[in-house]
Amino acid sequence: MKKKLFGIMYLVLVLSLLAGCGSSSSSNDSGDTIRVGLNYELSGGVATYGQGLTDGIELAVEEINKNGGVLGKQIELVKIDNKSEDTEAANVSTRLATRENVVALLGPATSGNTKAAIPAAMQNKIPLISGSATADDITVDSNGNVRDYIFKTCFSDSFQGVIMAEFAVNDLGAKSAAILADSTSDYAQGLSKAFKETFGNYGGKVLVEEAYQAKDTDFKAVLTNIKAANPEVIFVPGYYEEVGLIARQARELGLDVPILGGDGYESPKFVEISGKEAANNIYFSNHYSPMDDAEEVVKFRESFKAKYNREADGFNALGYDMAYLLKDALERAGEANPEKLKEALEATKDFKGVTGTISIDENHNPIKSTTIIELKDGVPTFLKKLDPK
Amino acid sequence: MKSKVNKKILNSVFLIALYILVQVMINIGIIDSYYELNLVIIGINIILAVSLNLITGFTGQFSLGHAAFMSIGAYTSAVITAKLNQPFILALILSGIVASIAGILIGIPTLRLKGDYLAIATLGFGEIVRVIAINTDYIGGAIGFNDIPKYTNWTWIFVSVIVTILLINRFLNSYHGRACIAIREDEIAAESMGINTTFYKVLAFAIGAFFAGIAGSLYANYFYFIKPDSFGFMKSIDILVIVVFGGIGSTFGSIIGAVSLSIISLFLQGIPELRMVIYSVILFVIMVYRQKGLLGKKEFKLFKNRKKVKLNVGAISK
Amino acid sequence: MEQLLQQLINGISLGSIYALIALGYTMVYGIINLINFAHGDIYMIGAYVGYAVTTFLGLGFIPSLLIAMATCSILGILIEKVAYKPMRNSSRISALITAIAVSLFLQYSMMYFVKPDTRTFPDVLSSNKISILGGKVLLDTKNIYIILITIVLMVLLQYVVHKTKVGKAMRAVALDKDAAQLMGVDINRTISFTFAIGSALAGAAGVLVGVYYNTINPLMGTVPGLKAFVAAVLGGIGLIPGAVFGGFFLGMIETLVSAYGGSIFKDAVAFSILIIVLLIRPSGLLGKTIKEKV
Repeated sequence: MKKKLFGIMYLVLVLSLLAGCGSSSSSNDSGDTIRVGLNYELSGGVATYGQGLTDGIELAVEEINKNGGVLGKQIELVKIDNKSEDTEAANVSTRLATRENVVALLGPATSGNTKAAIPAAMQNKIPLISGSATADDITVDSNGNVRDYIFKTCFSDSFQGVIMAEFAVNDLGAKSAAILADSTSDYAQGLSKAFKETFGNYGGKVLVEEAYQAKDTDFKAVLTNIKAANPEVIFVPGYYEEVGLIARQARELGLDVPILGGDGYESPKFVEISGKEAANNIYFSNHYSPMDDAEEVVKFRESFKAKYNREADGFNALGYDMAYLLKDALERAGEANPEKLKEALEATKDFKGVTGTISIDENHNPIKSTTIIELKDGVPTFLKKLDPK
Repeated sequence: MKSKVNKKILNSVFLIALYILVQVMINIGIIDSYYELNLVIIGINIILAVSLNLITGFTGQFSLGHAAFMSIGAYTSAVITAKLNQPFILALILSGIVASIAGILIGIPTLRLKGDYLAIATLGFGEIVRVIAINTDYIGGAIGFNDIPKYTNWTWIFVSVIVTILLINRFLNSYHGRACIAIREDEIAAESMGINTTFYKVLAFAIGAFFAGIAGSLYANYFYFIKPDSFGFMKSIDILVIVVFGGIGSTFGSIIGAVSLSIISLFLQGIPELRMVIYSVILFVIMVYRQKGLLGKKEFKLFKNRKKVKLNVGAISK
Repeated sequence: MEQLLQQLINGISLGSIYALIALGYTMVYGIINLINFAHGDIYMIGAYVGYAVTTFLGLGFIPSLLIAMATCSILGILIEKVAYKPMRNSSRISALITAIAVSLFLQYSMMYFVKPDTRTFPDVLSSNKISILGGKVLLDTKNIYIILITIVLMVLLQYVVHKTKVGKAMRAVALDKDAAQLMGVDINRTISFTFAIGSALAGAAGVLVGVYYNTINPLMGTVPGLKAFVAAVLGGIGLIPGAVFGGFFLGMIETLVSAYGGSIFKDAVAFSILIIVLLIRPSGLLGKTIKEKV
C-alpha cells in the first residue's frame, strides 16, 4: 500500500515536470524577426550531412542578416537536432510547426527522416523545403498527387541514375555494366533502378547485380564475383563511407574499370578512405563543384572558408542555396506568411544558386543542371556540366 | 471485502476522470500535437515495458528481441490499414495475433535454452526479423513503409494501455501467473511440482508478444512512416532499460519506469550524444546497487546465488 | 575455380579476425560463465588506440599492435574489477545486463569523445599484391600478415594455457571454481589474467582490422562482437580450439554466402547458425555433450 502511494506520488511529480518543460520559447508573432525552423541530424549516424547543410544555411543567413535581412526583418533560426532518428524527426517537426511559430521548415537531411517530418508540415500548412532528401516520393505521394507544402531543391534519385547511365554510354562507350548497390538505402535503390532502365534503353547490358549493406567493411566476396563477370563499368550508387572502401578493395583485386556513382561520393573523406591510388577512373554526378569558376561559386567558397576554415562541400552548398532561395521566395511573397510563401516557392523560376540555376516544376521538384566530377589520382576534377533537357 | 470493492470503484473513477480530462484538453487545444505525440510515446512504452516484464520479469525468460514483436505488429498493421484498407480495430487485433504467433515460434525452439543463451538467441531472432524486413519489397524494404493512415489518438492509446495492464495483471494474479513465477524462481522444482513449464514459457512469450504487437500497431498508425531499423537491437535495449529501471517483476514499476524514462529522454534532447551514455550508467548503477529497480519486489530469489554444478557447457536443462 | 580460390582467401582473412575475437569470448565464458558483451567494444577501442598511435605518434605497425594489446589488457582488467566482480554472485541475467551496460557505455562514450565519423588508418602496412595463377587470384601481403599474426598469437596462447602455471590455474578455475580455490589457486588473479589475455587478443584484432579495412568507427564492435560470439558457440564455448575453428568456419560461410548471391542475408545467416547450433548441438562442433545434473 505504501509502495503504491509512493508510486502514485512519483508519477504525479513526474507528470507535472512534463507539464513544466516543453513550454515554448517566445512566440514572436508580430516581432521583428522571421523565424525559420531547422530540423537536422546533428548527432547520430548521419550527422555529417545534417551538420554540413546547417553550416551552409547558417553562413547564408549570417550574410542575409548583415545585408538588412528579408522584408526588413532579421532571420532567426530555430535549430533542433533530430538525432538521425525518424521518430525524433517527426517529434521535432511537430514541435517546430506547432509551438515555435516558424514560417518555413528546412530539413531533415535524409529521405527517411524527411518522410517522417512531412505529416507535421502538411497538417500545420507550413512549407517544408528539403535540400538533400532525394527520394522520389517525398514530393509526390503513392497516388501520384503532389504534396502541397513539400518542396525539394535537390535532384531526385531517379534523375541521377539516368544521367550516369547516359554518361556511361555516351562518354565512356560502355556496353556492359555491373551494379553494386546498398540494399539498405532507398537512395541507392532509386539510382540503381533508374540506371538499369536507362542503360538498357540504350542497348547496354547489366551483367551482374550485387548488393551490400550500410556499415559493411568487407566487399571482397561480391567484388570477386563482379570481376569474374568482366563488365566495362561498375555502377556503385552508395555513400562515400562504403564506396571509398569498395574502390580500394576493387583495385586491390585488380578491378580497374571505371566506377560510377552519384552525389553520395561527395566528401573529402572519400579519397582518405580509398587511398589516392584507388581514387582513379571514378566518375560521379554532383550538385556542385568547387572548381566551377562561376562568380557566385567563387564568392561562396571564399566566404565559407573564411567562416569555417575548411573547403565547402556539396552539402554546404545545398544548405546555402536553400537559405537564399527562401529569402528570394519570401521577397516575392511580400510577407512572412506560410501560405504566400508556398505560392512563391511554386512560382520559382531561374533562381541563381551556387548549385546551379533552379526552377521549381509542377511536382515541386527542381529543374537544374548537374555536374560530373572525375577523380584522378585522388583529385576531384570538374569534368562537365549537363544542363536540363 | 467491502474495502476491495471500494478501492476498485475509486480506481475506475480516477481513470475515467483522467481520460476525460486529457481528452477535453486535447479538444480545446491546451494539449497540442507536440504533447499528444509525447503522450502517445509514453503509452506505447508502457505497453512494451509491461509486456516484456511478463516474459523476462515474471517468467524469467531473458528476451532481447522484444522490438521484433513490435516490428511485426507495426508492419502487419501498416499492411492491413494502408494496403488492404481495413478498419483500425481489425488491424490492431490482427497485429497482436500475428506478433503472438511469432512469439510462439520463438518460444518453442528456445525452450531448452537458459539465461545467456536464450538472450543471445532472442537477439539473433530480432536481427533475423530485421533483415527479412529490409529485404521484403512488398513492405518497402529498407526504404520503409510510407503513408500509413493515422488512426491512433488519445482514446486508442488510453484504452490500449488500460486493457494491457488489466489483462496482464489478471493473468499474473491467477494460477497461471503464479506458475510463471514459479518457473522463474526454480524451473526444476516447478517441473517436479507438476507445472507444465513448456506450456507456460511459450504462453508467456505469446502473451508478451501479443501486446508488443499492439504497441507496434499503435506506433505505425501514428507515425505514418516505419522502417526496419526503427525496431532493432537498440529498441529492445531501450525497453529492457525501462523494465529494469522500474523493477523486474513489478507491473506498476514498468509503468513508472516508462513514464520516467520517456521524460528523462525528453530532457536529454538537449544533449543527445550523452543520452546513451547516461542510459548505460543508469543501467549499471541499478544492477550494482539496486537490482530491484524502483519498485521491485523484496523477496527476490532471482538475484540470489544459485548453487549448481557449473561445467564448461551448460546450455540445456534436459 | 580461381574465383573460388579468391573467395577462400577472402574467407580466411575474415575468419582470422573472428577467431581472434572469439578467443577472448570463449576464455572469459569458460572461466566465469559470462558472455562479455563489452568484448566487441574492447576490440573497437584497440582499433582506436592503434589509430591514435599511428596517426599522432607516427609509430609503425608492430609497435602500435603491441601498444593496443597492452592498453586493451589493462582496460579488460579494469572492467572486470569494476563491473563484473560485484556481479559474480548474482544471477546470470543481472550479469548479462551489466555487460550490456558496459558495452553501451564504451560505445557511446567513445562516440562522444571522437565523434561518430569514420576515421581512416594511415597506411602503415603497405599493400603489395602477389598474383597467383596468372593474375586471376590476388593475394595481398596484408592477408598474409593477418593470418600469420593470428597463428602466432594462437600458438602463444596455447603455450600459455597448457605449459605455464597461470594457464593451469585458468584451466582449473574453468573446470571447478570452488575446488580450484580449495587447492590454493588465487581466483581473482586468475580471472584478471584471463581477462587480460582475452582483451589483448581483441585489441590485436582491432588493429588488424584497422590496417586491413582502413576504416574505424565507434560502433564497429557490435556486429563483429556478436558474430565472434556465434563463432565461439559454434566451435564449442569454453574451448580454445573451438573458438579458432568456429571463427574460420564462420568467416568462410559468410564469404561463401556473399559469393553466391546472398550478401544481404549474411548477418542473418550468422544468427541462424547460432540458433541451429544451440538447438541441435549446444556444446558446439568440437565440444562434448555434458548432461547437467540436478
